Amino acid sequence: MLAYIVRRLLYAVPILFGVNLFTFVLFFGVNSPDDIARMQLGAKYAGAEAITRWKTERGYDKPMFFNPARAGTAKLTDTLFVDKSLRMFTFEFGSADDGHNIAREIRSRMGPSLAVALPTFALGLFAAITLALLLVFFRATALDFWGVVACVVMMSVSSMFYIIGGQWLVSKVWALVPISGYAGGLDMVRFLCLPVLIGVVAGLGSSARWYRAIFLEEISRDYVRTARAKGLSELAVLFRHVLRNALIPILTGVVVVIPFLFLGSLLMESFFAIPGLGSYTIDAIRSQDFAVVRSMVFIGSVLYIVGLMLTDLSYTVVDPRVRLG
Amino acid sequence: MSLQPVLLPTDLLIFVLVLAAAALALRASRHAPSREAWRRVGRRPVAMAAATVLLAFAAVGFLDSLHYREQLPPGPGEAAAKRQYSSEVLSALDALLAPLRLQTEKTYSAPFARELFQREVVELPGGGQARTYPRLVYGARHLLAGSSLLADLAGRLAWTPFAALAASGLLLLALAVAVARGRRCRPGEAIRLILAGRTALAWRAVLIVLFLVALLAAAGVALASHYHVFGTDKVGQDVLYLSLKSVRTGLVIGTLTTLIMLPFAVALGIAAGYLGGWVDDVVQYVYTVLNSIPSVLLIAAAVLMMQVAIDTHQQWFDTAAQRSDARLLALCAILGITSWTGLCRLLRGETLKLRELDYVQAARAFGASTAAILRRHILPNVMHIVLITVVLDFSGLVLAEAVLSYVGIGVDPTTISFGTMINMARAELAREPVVWWSLAAAFIFMLVLVLSANLLADAVRDAFDPRQ
Repeated sequence: MLAYIVRRLLYAVPILFGVNLFTFVLFFGVNSPDDIARMQLGAKYAGAEAITRWKTERGYDKPMFFNPARAGTAKLTDTLFVDKSLRMFTFEFGSADDGHNIAREIRSRMGPSLAVALPTFALGLFAAITLALLLVFFRATALDFWGVVACVVMMSVSSMFYIIGGQWLVSKVWALVPISGYAGGLDMVRFLCLPVLIGVVAGLGSSARWYRAIFLEEISRDYVRTARAKGLSELAVLFRHVLRNALIPILTGVVVVIPFLFLGSLLMESFFAIPGLGSYTIDAIRSQDFAVVRSMVFIGSVLYIVGLMLTDLSYTVVDPRVRLG
Repeated sequence: MSLQPVLLPTDLLIFVLVLAAAALALRASRHAPSREAWRRVGRRPVAMAAATVLLAFAAVGFLDSLHYREQLPPGPGEAAAKRQYSSEVLSALDALLAPLRLQTEKTYSAPFARELFQREVVELPGGGQARTYPRLVYGARHLLAGSSLLADLAGRLAWTPFAALAASGLLLLALAVAVARGRRCRPGEAIRLILAGRTALAWRAVLIVLFLVALLAAAGVALASHYHVFGTDKVGQDVLYLSLKSVRTGLVIGTLTTLIMLPFAVALGIAAGYLGGWVDDVVQYVYTVLNSIPSVLLIAAAVLMMQVAIDTHQQWFDTAAQRSDARLLALCAILGITSWTGLCRLLRGETLKLRELDYVQAARAFGASTAAILRRHILPNVMHIVLITVVLDFSGLVLAEAVLSYVGIGVDPTTISFGTMINMARAELAREPVVWWSLAAAFIFMLVLVLSANLLADAVRDAFDPRQ
C-alpha cells in the first residue's frame, strides 16, 4: 500500500510539471507582460515608464526561460518561469494585485468554502441515492416513469435558476433566512441552510438518474436473481446486494470530487456572498488578477490528483478483491 | 438599397456544420445498420417531438446566421456612386423581427403593458405636470383608454389556430403521400394510420409539436408588433427579441465546440489506441495534464488571456460584431480544449479493444496500411461513441454558456445570450415590485431547448449504444 502511494506521488510530479508549464505558456506566452501591463494600467496611462514600473513592482521584468545577464545557474533560475511558476511547488504563491499574500488568503477562505460544499455534497449524495433506490424499487411503474421525467426536467434547468428562484421564494417571499451573507459560529446555520438546500436540489436530477442507471444495471445480474431465489425480500436485495455492489461505479464518480470541495462553488459563493475560495476566484477573474487565477489552477490540479488517489484507495475499502500494490 | 453580405467566422462554421450534417445523413441513409439505428430513434414519439422542437430552434439560429450590412444613404455632397455601408451588422432574423428590434421603450415595461413600469414626471396636455406612469411609445399604443386588453387579444389571435392547423395539415398531406407510397395503400388509409399513431416512425408526435410551434409562431406574428409579449428590459429592448437572438448563441456554443474539438479527439484517441507505444504515452500525458486542471479554472485562465489578446489588438476587427464573434469562436475553441479529453479517452479504450479483433488482425495480415485500417476498420466502428458524445454534450454546453457568462468568462457582454440575459435579470429581482419577465423568458426558452436536447440525446444513446 505504501509503495503504491509513493509510486502514485511520483507519477504526479510530471503531471503537475505539465500543468505548470501549460499555465505558464498560457499566461505569459499568449500575451507578453507588456500587453498585460498596458491593459491593466489602461491605454491612457500606459507610457513606457509606467509599464516598466508596473513590471518591476510585480517582478515581471525578467526574461521568460533564460537570463543571459546572470552568471552560472542563475542564468536559468533567475527567470519568470522559475519565479512565477516552479515556485508554486513549494506552495508559495506570492501576493495578489491588492498586496495580500495569496497563500494566507487561500488558507483563511478554505473554511467557509468547506462549510457550504461539504454539507451540500453529503446531503446531495444521500438524497440522490435515496431517490434512485426508490425509483428502482418501483421500477417499471408509473412512479418510476414520472420520477425519471422529473429528473430529466430538473437537469434541464440551469443551476442559476435554482439559485435565483430559491433566493426569491425562501428569502424574499417567505423571509425565512437572510438572502445572502456569512457569519461564523452558530449563526452560520442561518446563512448556510439555503445555499445547501439549493445545491442539493440543483444536483438531484442528473445524479439520481445516473445512480438509477447504475442500480438497474446491477439488478439484472445473476447474483441478484440468486438472492431473490433464496427468498430475500426486495428491500434486502436492494440494500444488501445491489447498493453494495453498485458502490464501485458510484465511488469512481464521487470520490474524485471530494478534494474539490475545498475550492467551493463559484456560483453559490458569488450569489450568496460567502467569503470562500469560489468567490475569491470570481473576484480575481473580474478584476483580472492573474496571479490569483494561476495559483487556483495549480491548487485545483493538485487536488484533482489527490482525488484520483483517494478513489483508488476507496476501492480497497468497498471491494476486498481490489489490492493495490 | 443594396446589401453587403457579411460572413462571420462562426457563420462559416455553421454552414460547414450544416453541410457535414447533410453529408452524414446521406451516408447514414445508404448504410443499413445506421439506418436501422436512426429508425429506432424515429420510432420514439418523444424523440421525434424533441427533434421537431430542435429543428425550429435551428431554423431561428440559421436565419440569425445570415449576416449583412445595409448601405447607407449618401451624405450631402458625396458622390452617389461611392458606396458606404453601415457599421451595424444585421442578420436575416433581425430583418424579420425589425418591428421588435426597433420598437424600444424608455425602460422596463411588463408583458402586454400599456404603461411604463416606472413613474415619471410628464407634461399634462392642459399644462402643468404630474407624476404618473407614462404610456408606452409602441406597446399597446392602438388601445384606447378604457378598452379591454382581452377583447383585443382575442380578436388578434382568432386566426392563429387556423394557420397552425393549415401548417400541420399540409405536412400531414405530404406525409400521407410518402407513407402511402411506402406501404402501397391509398392516401386516405395513410392519413388514418398517421393519425392513429400506427406508422413506423412517430409522425403523429411531429404533427402535434408542429401544430404547437406554428400556433406559438402565429401568435407571435399576430401580437409581437403591437405588444411587448415578454415585456421590455432596462433599456427598453423587447425581451422576446432578446430571447430569439439568444438562441443562436446557445446553438453555436453547443455545436461548434464539438465541431472544433472533434478532429483532435478522434485522431488522437484512435492513434493512441491503435499505435500504442510512445504515441499512446504522449497522448495520455497530454490529456491527463489537461484533465487535471479543473475545467472552470482552465476556461477562466484561457478566456482572460484571450480577452487581453483581443483588447490589445483592436485593429484586427472592422466592426463590433466581428470582435464579439471572434470572442464567441474563441470561447468555443477554449471549451473544446477542455472537453475533448473525455471523448479521446473513450475512443482510445474502444480502439484498444477493436485492435485485437479478428477482422482487424486479418486486415493487418493482408498487408493493409495503418492509415487504411484506421480509416476503413477502426473509424466506422467507433463512430457511435462520437455521435453519442456529441448529442450528450450539447445540452451541457448550452447550460455552461449561461454560467460562464455570469462569471464574466463567457461571451462578449454585447453578444445577446441567455447568460447575459440572466445576468441582467439578477439585479432586477431585488427591485420592488419584482421585474420577473426577462428571467421568465430566458427560463422558458432555455428549458425548452435543453429539455428537447436531453430527450433526443437519450433516444440516440439508447439506439446507438450496443450495450443497451
